[in-house]
Amino acid sequence: MTTSVAAVPVDAAAEWPLWEVFVRAKAGLDHKHCGSLHAPDAKAAIQLARDVYTRRQEGTSVWVVRSEQIVASDPADKAMYFDPMEDKVYRHPTFYVLPESVNHI
Amino acid sequence: MYTQAMDLAPKEERKVGQSADEAEREARFEARIAAGDFIEAKDWMPEHYRRTLVRQISQHAHSEIVGMLPEGNWITRAPTLKRKAILLAKVQDEGGHGLYLYAAAETLGTSRDQMTEALLAGKAKYSSIFNYPTLTWADTGTIGWLVDGAAIMNQVPLTRCSFAPYARAMVRVCREESFHQRQGFESLLTMMKQGTDAQRAMVQESVNRWWWPSLMMFGPPDDESPNSAQSMRWGIKRVSNDELRQKFVDACVEQAKVLGVTLPDPALKWNAERGAHDFGAIDWPEFWRVVGGDGPCNRERLEARNKAWDDGAWVREAAMVHARKQALKEKAT
Repeated sequence: MTTSVAAVPVDAAAEWPLWEVFVRAKAGLDHKHCGSLHAPDAKAAIQLARDVYTRRQEGTSVWVVRSEQIVASDPADKAMYFDPMEDKVYRHPTFYVLPESVNHI
Repeated sequence: MYTQAMDLAPKEERKVGQSADEAEREARFEARIAAGDFIEAKDWMPEHYRRTLVRQISQHAHSEIVGMLPEGNWITRAPTLKRKAILLAKVQDEGGHGLYLYAAAETLGTSRDQMTEALLAGKAKYSSIFNYPTLTWADTGTIGWLVDGAAIMNQVPLTRCSFAPYARAMVRVCREESFHQRQGFESLLTMMKQGTDAQRAMVQESVNRWWWPSLMMFGPPDDESPNSAQSMRWGIKRVSNDELRQKFVDACVEQAKVLGVTLPDPALKWNAERGAHDFGAIDWPEFWRVVGGDGPCNRERLEARNKAWDDGAWVREAAMVHARKQALKEKAT
């Protein structure tokens, strides 16, 4: 378990840092974000994630990452970022009309 | 439990003197809500919407955390190992529900410590139901059946709340809540069908005490619920207090028959015209008394939470110091 230097806490009375939790529901699936929690360090975060998010065998693997380390797209840019794909229907296989005999490809 | 928070807040006035830019953003927001869109934490939202949600979600979280106390009272005295394991799992779930919800509230920009402080100082509310005592073992069953039953009625519509982090947390909560209600009902059923006369009497006495406070969990009548209309319009609340309460009463009448207990309301009877059960008047002065801090256990509950927080301070600090030491050690190697 590694902790980045930036993650070194300085104030013992301060709130435990926030972590985002990702759980793999079963082998073969990808990890999925399922919530967040406070923990003093990575090891504790993993253990708490197990107790908070997998009390009923909801997971076979857990990832945690400090919330402040997550970089996200700006929701205000949503339209600018994602809508340009709307008219690019030729990126989808169903755009192409083929004869019945080869339509399975 | 849990939508009470919204009903108990003073009526808020809309801000006057908005800038044109703000008005336009608000109009866009309203349009998204009207279209049934989900709002995410980083999306723009009106201040009033944010404040309402912080209050609602944090008070819901507090209810889960304080809700651990009445049942926790019976863990060491559960009659069998099986019942003890069930009760432990249930109380742990309530703790987990509190944590999902605090995390959802934090996405709105409030901190965990701010919320905890508000609870410990008695400034934040939690569901009135947890200010009643658990006097007998039957109370743990009755809480599962009636209190968790009422909570489910209340919470299922919240899985469609317009604020997505809250809705997602509620999906998780509702999935687990069903176990809570079923274990309670089964515990009562075991006592009613296989128990002694004294045990059956204990169940009936417990139901007598919890019935009315359970009905109060849905909050004041619709015409006395000042913020309801706005919350409904914003999709924070989906079904009205009175509607949910009626649904709960109708469901419980059938379940009480299966159990073989009487619900303590002489006015309770089927109304064919309405297609629903009529029921007696709720003691609203009692409700407001309990909400106002004068219920049977308000002081005890707050004392217990404050003691847990104070007694845990050294653990929180030690964990931080340990984390820092480990990190420094790693940096040195």
